[in-house]
Amino acid sequence: MTFSPQLEARFAKLLESYPAGRQRAAMIPMLLYAQDEIGSVTDELVEEVAQRVGVTPLQVNEVVSYYSMLHREARGKYHVQVCTNISCLLHDADQLLEHTCQKLGIENHGVTPDGQFSIEEVECMGACSWAPAIQVNYDYHHFVTPEKLDRLLDGLRKKQ
Amino acid sequence: MLYNEPSPLETRVLSRRFGMAHSESIETYLATEGYQAFLKASKMTPDEIISEMKASNLRGRGGAGFPAGMKWSFVPRTSPKPKYIVVNADEGEPGTCKDRVLMENDPHQLIEGVLIAGLAVDAHAGWIYIRGEYRYLIDIMDRAIAEAHERGWLGKNIQGTGFDFDLYTHTGAGSYECGEESALLESLEGKRGVPRIRPPFPAVAGAFQCPTVLNNVETFCAAPAILLNGGAAFAALGIPKAGGTKLTCLTGHINKPGVYELRLGFPVKQMIEEVGGGMRNGKKLKAFIPGGSSCPVLTAAECEGATMDYDSMAQRKSMLGSGGVVIMDEDTCMVKACLRLMKFYAHESCGWCIPCREGTAWLTKIMTRFHSGGGSPQDIGLLGDIAKNMLGRTFCPLGDAAALPMISIVEKFRGEFEDHLNGKPCPYEHSNRMVTA
Repeated sequence: MTFSPQLEARFAKLLESYPAGRQRAAMIPMLLYAQDEIGSVTDELVEEVAQRVGVTPLQVNEVVSYYSMLHREARGKYHVQVCTNISCLLHDADQLLEHTCQKLGIENHGVTPDGQFSIEEVECMGACSWAPAIQVNYDYHHFVTPEKLDRLLDGLRKKQ
Repeated sequence: MLYNEPSPLETRVLSRRFGMAHSESIETYLATEGYQAFLKASKMTPDEIISEMKASNLRGRGGAGFPAGMKWSFVPRTSPKPKYIVVNADEGEPGTCKDRVLMENDPHQLIEGVLIAGLAVDAHAGWIYIRGEYRYLIDIMDRAIAEAHERGWLGKNIQGTGFDFDLYTHTGAGSYECGEESALLESLEGKRGVPRIRPPFPAVAGAFQCPTVLNNVETFCAAPAILLNGGAAFAALGIPKAGGTKLTCLTGHINKPGVYELRLGFPVKQMIEEVGGGMRNGKKLKAFIPGGSSCPVLTAAECEGATMDYDSMAQRKSMLGSGGVVIMDEDTCMVKACLRLMKFYAHESCGWCIPCREGTAWLTKIMTRFHSGGGSPQDIGLLGDIAKNMLGRTFCPLGDAAALPMISIVEKFRGEFEDHLNGKPCPYEHSNRMVTA
């Protein structure tokens, strides 16, 4: 597989970040950074990472299935993650999730037909004092109201 | 920059650079006594460093509260194996958002804390395991590490002391369980985040089976202040047996949510009323979680006279935990809050220990039925029984972390469970929307 030069540089650095013979340690970071570039963990990526860190594809697959941020299917260009855990729930995050679903016309875990947006209800994202919070891809948004969310999603839609 | 309006009641030690211009830069750090504690420690013996840490009465700030100096002293320094430092930045305990603030505002303080630990146990490499969602913090830490290398505060022969140290960031990929130290080590090695059977403890066989100091971000961040001003000075900020300050995240139904640095032993009532500006909309306090969702919940009555420290919370059969305070007002449905927590633990159980895997799933199933009005009177006892059968029967604390809040809520708020019986709609919800399981 070919990756961008930046990602290759990151991989090279990762492989040097662990003791000799322990390159398997680079597996999870490699999978996540590669997923960011290609959109999902494909069979081809599993093979590639297995080969680069010196394990079997099965050993990569058992790791992929464990971590919630690693996913085999493609998500929307903008992956909207709504935290509904306790501190956010106390600020009506469950209603915010429902509002997000209505706004985008998809269910939790769904992807819009144009592939632009997807929704995921997530566990605590470490934004408890600024609740309710969401993440769009890796960007945090704090003290989110339905109106703020509408403006954010409308802005992203125009940006396409 | 994540930074709330500070409170005059704070004791700002770890957070003293928050709010300064470019607080994250090495220039600001060096201009404000940065890396001076490392230089001081480099002239001390490892035993002297560890005795300062012990004198500080610093207890692990991730939630378990184990004395940090003692943890460092368990590392066999004469072992022929390399020793490592691992920072737990997998902040995921619901209600907790303090490590994020520490890394964002003052990344060099963390690096210096790691270097001090390195001197104390003769380690020359370390990793900061940062949860995957905190990608921007990985970038901030990577920049700070690069700055430290450029200025000679990391790498070979640091500032001519003859001490070498390399530090790396390592991303997680979505797993609460990886905040548990042995699961974190498995994850660091490129495996599923399943806990290890202990002993051996990480101090003896940690990262890559080598002796390892593994602490929370906040614990390492306290080390520079302890070395610079002495362990006794840090200890004096708190109370006997619990030294120093704690970054406390006020969350939930409060007027001024935010992260505040408070001395150990700070009164709970004063924290809510004065630091947090009181209950939102003038409502009454119903329930209080002292430090993350894994702590048993306290009632408003139990908060009377309580202070934010290990012993006061233990007397109330709860825990100080991680500093993630969750404040719930009189309009909160405790059944719904409990259901959401059980859903969380069921999602995050690694599935290795059967009492946790099955217990969290059953608690979620029964709670879901209960909250939607389909519960029976027997279910109330069943919830407590299932939870009690999970306690102490798992290799890591996740099983207990689910069982303890469940037991406390069902015991202390039994009436609310009864209010949901016989198909009655949730008395706290206008729409009677159900949390989807």
